Amino acid sequence: MSNSISPLMLKRNIITILRTNKWLLLRRFSQFSILGLYLLGSSLGGFWIIKGNLSSSLLLETIPLTEPLLLLQMFAAGITSPLSTTLIGAAIVGGFYLLVGGRVFCSWVCPVNVVTDVANWLRNRLRIKPNSQINRNTRYWLLAMTLVISFSTGLLAYEFINPVSIIHRSLIFGVGFASLMILSIFLFDLLIATRGWCSHLCPMGAFYGLLGKFSPLRVRAEQREQCQKGCNDCFQVCPEPQVITPALRGADKGNNPTILSGNCTNCGRCIDVCPENVFQFGLRSSTKTPIIPIEIRRKNS
Amino acid sequence: MSSLSNRKRRAFLLGLAKTACGVSLTALGISLYTRQAKSMPALAIRPPGALPEDEFLSRCVRCGLCVQDCPYDILSLAELGTDVPVGTPYYTARTGPCEMCDDIPCVPACPTGALDHSLTKINQARMGLAVLVDQEECIAFQGLRCEVCFNVCPVQEKAITLEYRHNERSGKHALLIPIVHSEHCTGCGLCEEACVMEEATIKVLPMHLAKGELGKHYRLGWDQKEKAGKSLVKPDGKRAFNLPEGVSYDYENSELTTPASSAPPVNKALETLKRGIKEAK
Ligand code: SF4
Ligand code: SF4
Ligand code: SF4
Ligand code: SF4
Ligand code: SF4
Repeated sequence: MSNSISPLMLKRNIITILRTNKWLLLRRFSQFSILGLYLLGSSLGGFWIIKGNLSSSLLLETIPLTEPLLLLQMFAAGITSPLSTTLIGAAIVGGFYLLVGGRVFCSWVCPVNVVTDVANWLRNRLRIKPNSQINRNTRYWLLAMTLVISFSTGLLAYEFINPVSIIHRSLIFGVGFASLMILSIFLFDLLIATRGWCSHLCPMGAFYGLLGKFSPLRVRAEQREQCQKGCNDCFQVCPEPQVITPALRGADKGNNPTILSGNCTNCGRCIDVCPENVFQFGLRSSTKTPIIPIEIRRKNS
Repeated sequence: MSSLSNRKRRAFLLGLAKTACGVSLTALGISLYTRQAKSMPALAIRPPGALPEDEFLSRCVRCGLCVQDCPYDILSLAELGTDVPVGTPYYTARTGPCEMCDDIPCVPACPTGALDHSLTKINQARMGLAVLVDQEECIAFQGLRCEVCFNVCPVQEKAITLEYRHNERSGKHALLIPIVHSEHCTGCGLCEEACVMEEATIKVLPMHLAKGELGKHYRLGWDQKEKAGKSLVKPDGKRAFNLPEGVSYDYENSELTTPASSAPPVNKALETLKRGIKEAK
C-alpha cells in the first residue's frame, strides 16, 4: 500500500491530520512549553522567565502568581492576614481564568491532563468498557472537603496529597515516587473510571470550573443546524460531554448556542473533530461573529 | 409513574449518601494522614525565618521559590515518600548547612510569609540549636585539641565558646570543651557539617528537641533575691540542732563552734595513738 502513496497525497494527509488536530496540538504545545519554561530555570543568562511551580510562581522575576484555591485554603486554615504578594498573585491568576475560562487551566496548563488524556485515548483504543460509575458532582464535594480539612487541621491539608501540585512540583524539583502517583492516575483513568480523575474527582478542576462559569471566552455551537445528529464525534472526544447538549441540541428550546457550563475546558477538541465545523471559539454574548475564525475550508473534499 | 420517580429519587439519594460517605472517609483519611505526615524528622531543618511548624504548614504553598533563590543550593523540596511533609523546603545540616547569607535571599523570595519577612538579620535566625549530643565520643572530651566546630561557627566566639576543664586522665592537661549558647546559635549547622567525627557529635536539632524547660512554678532563689534586692527568706530563728556533744551553732556568725578545751585533737594521729598506748598502760 505504501507504493500507492504519492507525495501529494502524503502532503494532503499531513494537512488533514494537522487540521483535525489543530487545537489538540496547540494545547500540547502550551502544556509542554509551560513546563519547559519552568524547567529552563536560570539557564538564560541567569534570567528566570518563571520560577517556582504552579502553586506559586514568580513570572519574569516580578509578577507574583498564586493558585487561588490555595489562598482559599489558607483562609480556611485560619490565616487572616496573608501577605499582599499572596493576594496579588491569587488575584492575577484568578482574574486570568475568570476571563479565559477556569478550566483553561485544565486543558492548557495542568500536566495531569496529558496523563489522563493519554489514558482516555488508550482506553478507547483498547475498547475498555466504561465501568465504575462516579458521580460528576463528587468533585464539588471534594472541593468543599479541601476547605473543611484545612479548617479542621489548621494546615493546608490537601497539599499533603494533591496529585496535581505533587506531580507538577516533582517534574521540576525531582520526580522520585511521584512517578507512581502519575502511574496510579493513569491506571485509574484507564481501567477503573472513564475520565475518572479530571472530570469526576479533581477538586482543582471543580474549583476552576466554578471560577470559569462566567468567563466571556466560550466554545459556541455556531453552526448547530449543520450537525448531522448521530455522528456524536464531539461527544466522544469531549471530557465533559454533558456540557455540549444544551448548546448543540437546544435550538428548539431557544437555547443560546454558547456552551455555558463552567466545566467546558475550552480545549477545542470538539472544534477539531466535528466534520461539519459546527463549533468555534467565540464570546458568550455574541451570536454571530466568532473572535477566532476557526473554519478552515475543506479545499480537497 | 410515581413509582418511577420514587425509584429515581431513591437512586438519587442513595448516590448522594454514597458520595457523602466516600468523601467523608477521604477527609478523615487525609486528616489522619496529615497528623502523622506533618511531623518533621529531627535532622531536617527549615530555612531561616520559618514560622513555628504548624503555622508554617498553614502558609507554605510548597512552591520552591526559596529553594531556587538559595545561592548555595542547600534547600530542597521534600520528595514524596520521605519523612518531611511532601513538597516543603528543608535542609540537612550534615550534608549542606545554611551558609547564613547576609541578605538572606530565601526569605523575601517566599510569597506567603511562611518564611517570616521580618527576619532581616541572619544572626537572629533560629533554625534550630546545635547540641553536643555525644560527650563520650567528641574528641575534645578525650583531651584532644579539635575545636573545629568552634572555628567554623559564623557567630564567632558567641554561639560556641571553649571552656577549660581539668583533664583527669592525664592529670596535667586541659580539656577544651565546646559549649553552645542558645542566645546566639542560629542553628545553621556549619558546625555539624564540619565535625570531624565519622558521625557528627555536634548536631543541630529543632528547638523543641534541643531545649529543656523549667517548670513554670519554679522560682530560682538567687534570681528572686536579685529581683527583690534582698533575701526573701526570714533570718534564722533559734532552732534545736542535733549536734555532736560539745558542738554548738553560733547564730551570730552562722557557723559551728566547738569549745577549744573539749575539741578533739584534729590531724594529730600520732598523738592520739600515743595517748591510746598510755591509757592502755
Ligand atoms: S481536572 Fe485537575 S488534574 Fe485534571 S486537568 Fe484539571 S486541574 Fe488538572
Ligand atoms: S465542549 Fe468542546 S471545548 Fe468544551 S470541553 Fe468539550 S470538547 Fe472541549
Ligand atoms: S540564608 Fe542563604 S544559605 Fe541559608 S538557606 Fe537562605 S539562601 Fe540558603
Ligand atoms: S518560598 Fe515560602 S511558600 Fe514557597 S516553598 Fe519556600 S517557604 Fe514554602
Ligand atoms: S549551628 Fe553551629 S555553627 Fe551554626 S551558629 Fe550554631 S553553633 Fe555556630
